[in-house]
Amino acid sequence: MGVRVAGGQGFYGDTPRSVAGLLDAGVDYLCLEALAELTLAILQKDRQRDETRGYTRDLPVYLHESLPAVAAGQTKVITNAGGINPAAAARAAIDTARELGLTGLKVATVLGDDLLARLDVVATQADLVHLETGAPFRDFPAPALFASAYLGARPIVDALTRGADVVITGRVADAALFLAPLVYEHGWAWDDWDRLAAGTLVGHLLECSGQSAGGNLSVDWWTVPRPWDLPYPIAEVEADGTAVITKPESAGGRVSFDTVRHQLLYEVHDPAAYLSPDVVADFTTATVLDEGEDRVRITGMRGRPATATYKTLLCHHAGWASEARVAFSWPDAAEKATATAAIFVERVRAAGLPVEEWCIERWGVDALGGPTVPPSTAEPPEVMLRVAWRCADASVAAQVAREMVPLTLSAPPAGLTAVGRGGNRPSELLGIWPTLLDKTLVDPFVSVTVEEVP
Amino acid sequence: MSRRRLYDLGCGYRAGDKGDLADVALFAPDLATYDVIRDEVTASVVKRHFGARVRGRVDRYEAPNVWALNFVLHAALGGGGPRSLRSDNLGKTLGGALVRLEIDVPDELAGRQAAKPDVGWAVAMLRNVGDPD
Repeated sequence: MGVRVAGGQGFYGDTPRSVAGLLDAGVDYLCLEALAELTLAILQKDRQRDETRGYTRDLPVYLHESLPAVAAGQTKVITNAGGINPAAAARAAIDTARELGLTGLKVATVLGDDLLARLDVVATQADLVHLETGAPFRDFPAPALFASAYLGARPIVDALTRGADVVITGRVADAALFLAPLVYEHGWAWDDWDRLAAGTLVGHLLECSGQSAGGNLSVDWWTVPRPWDLPYPIAEVEADGTAVITKPESAGGRVSFDTVRHQLLYEVHDPAAYLSPDVVADFTTATVLDEGEDRVRITGMRGRPATATYKTLLCHHAGWASEARVAFSWPDAAEKATATAAIFVERVRAAGLPVEEWCIERWGVDALGGPTVPPSTAEPPEVMLRVAWRCADASVAAQVAREMVPLTLSAPPAGLTAVGRGGNRPSELLGIWPTLLDKTLVDPFVSVTVEEVP
Repeated sequence: MSRRRLYDLGCGYRAGDKGDLADVALFAPDLATYDVIRDEVTASVVKRHFGARVRGRVDRYEAPNVWALNFVLHAALGGGGPRSLRSDNLGKTLGGALVRLEIDVPDELAGRQAAKPDVGWAVAMLRNVGDPD
């Protein structure tokens, strides 16, 4: 018997409106993937302001959509929307269930990924070297604002085994949210590497919601049927690990060789060694067969034993940023933008405002393409200058923005400054410090609690 | 032999981020094109193409099962998503920037042209909401 799992959310800010279509199509598990590196940083800012926050605020909206189906025994919900405060997220879930009058539902909470409270101890047990730069932990700009290890599927399987209808986690690896119900339903062993790899690829293909169903498609994107009604993907997974990626029939969108392979390589680094907490999956062993009618079959997945470490993210304060934009029209729009940027930078310097980093972009010329844009003799009909800056101090970052305003009358012509419109409060920059942590330093702290909605 | 952009050959792309790394995948439309890009689009060619945008090294991985290459661009995002001052702090547009790359292609691929987007449906929809353009 195949198990049907669906990717109902791809990030914090995604739309809950695709959930109804998935539930109508019938799915055994609705997995809501809410976290990215950037999301943890956003949640950290939220938790700094209010200790009861730190989970994705739209969780109750998703649960309003899905809990009636859960109570009817049609599906179960698994989500990492707990962010850096899964306990608070679970309380919100229970409150939502009570509002809906759904007593008796079992809500599980997975804890133990959050290392912040014991980071000082962990730092004496592990080197916490920066995964990318190799920098030693003594270079970490303390204090840490969050510290989260990417847990795997095991605690979720534990929760399901204990009868959970809703599982709420913190930083569990995206694909593990989907692997867990497959392990639970099919009884896969924790050393059945090929099956675990197959389930991990399924999770990877579903975790970014619309991206497997015609979203962010780089070829033929204009031919995707009814793109305003893009559905989110469903996988039918057999006990041997064979999977079919598909979508609710009635919706728009597309599932094809192209949509699936686009997602297969998304953010994977080495596709022959996709490192997950539960397995090292070799995505290059997958046979991807487009069967037509929005069905793509995945077979042949191979995996190898998992590594001894969890990827872990630490986060630190990294200054304050703000920005200003000015639009220029033909003639000589690019030259005017360049000159205005130089004038602005010099005015800021003359005002004695210390800026630690500048970013100057000319939209319409090379803001996004940078050095890959070929030299052109064609004159752009209009150019938007965007200047961003980083300061050690928030109030200085705000004062820098003020220096753009006089240029409305005192710089090359027809500048339309956007400063001041809608406010331009400096925003905090956060640095991410990826590292690896031995699993033995995390696993003893992982716990699963199951609570019944009263 | 002639020079063609990866875009003109019909190559697809998708890019994302992890920390200060950008992950840029390049998809050939068929096996013949895959053989060409595998030979031509080396890590060093990609490193040169991105110039100062990529401060670190470029790693290349092959995924022949889906006719694709994956490039990992190190120190490529101005410090990483929540730290970067760039508009494209997550590197999402680097895929499009990659297919601007020109490579040598054999004559049988030289006549290729990328399909042109037809967004007549969108123009018609916008006309209905009063967009004069």
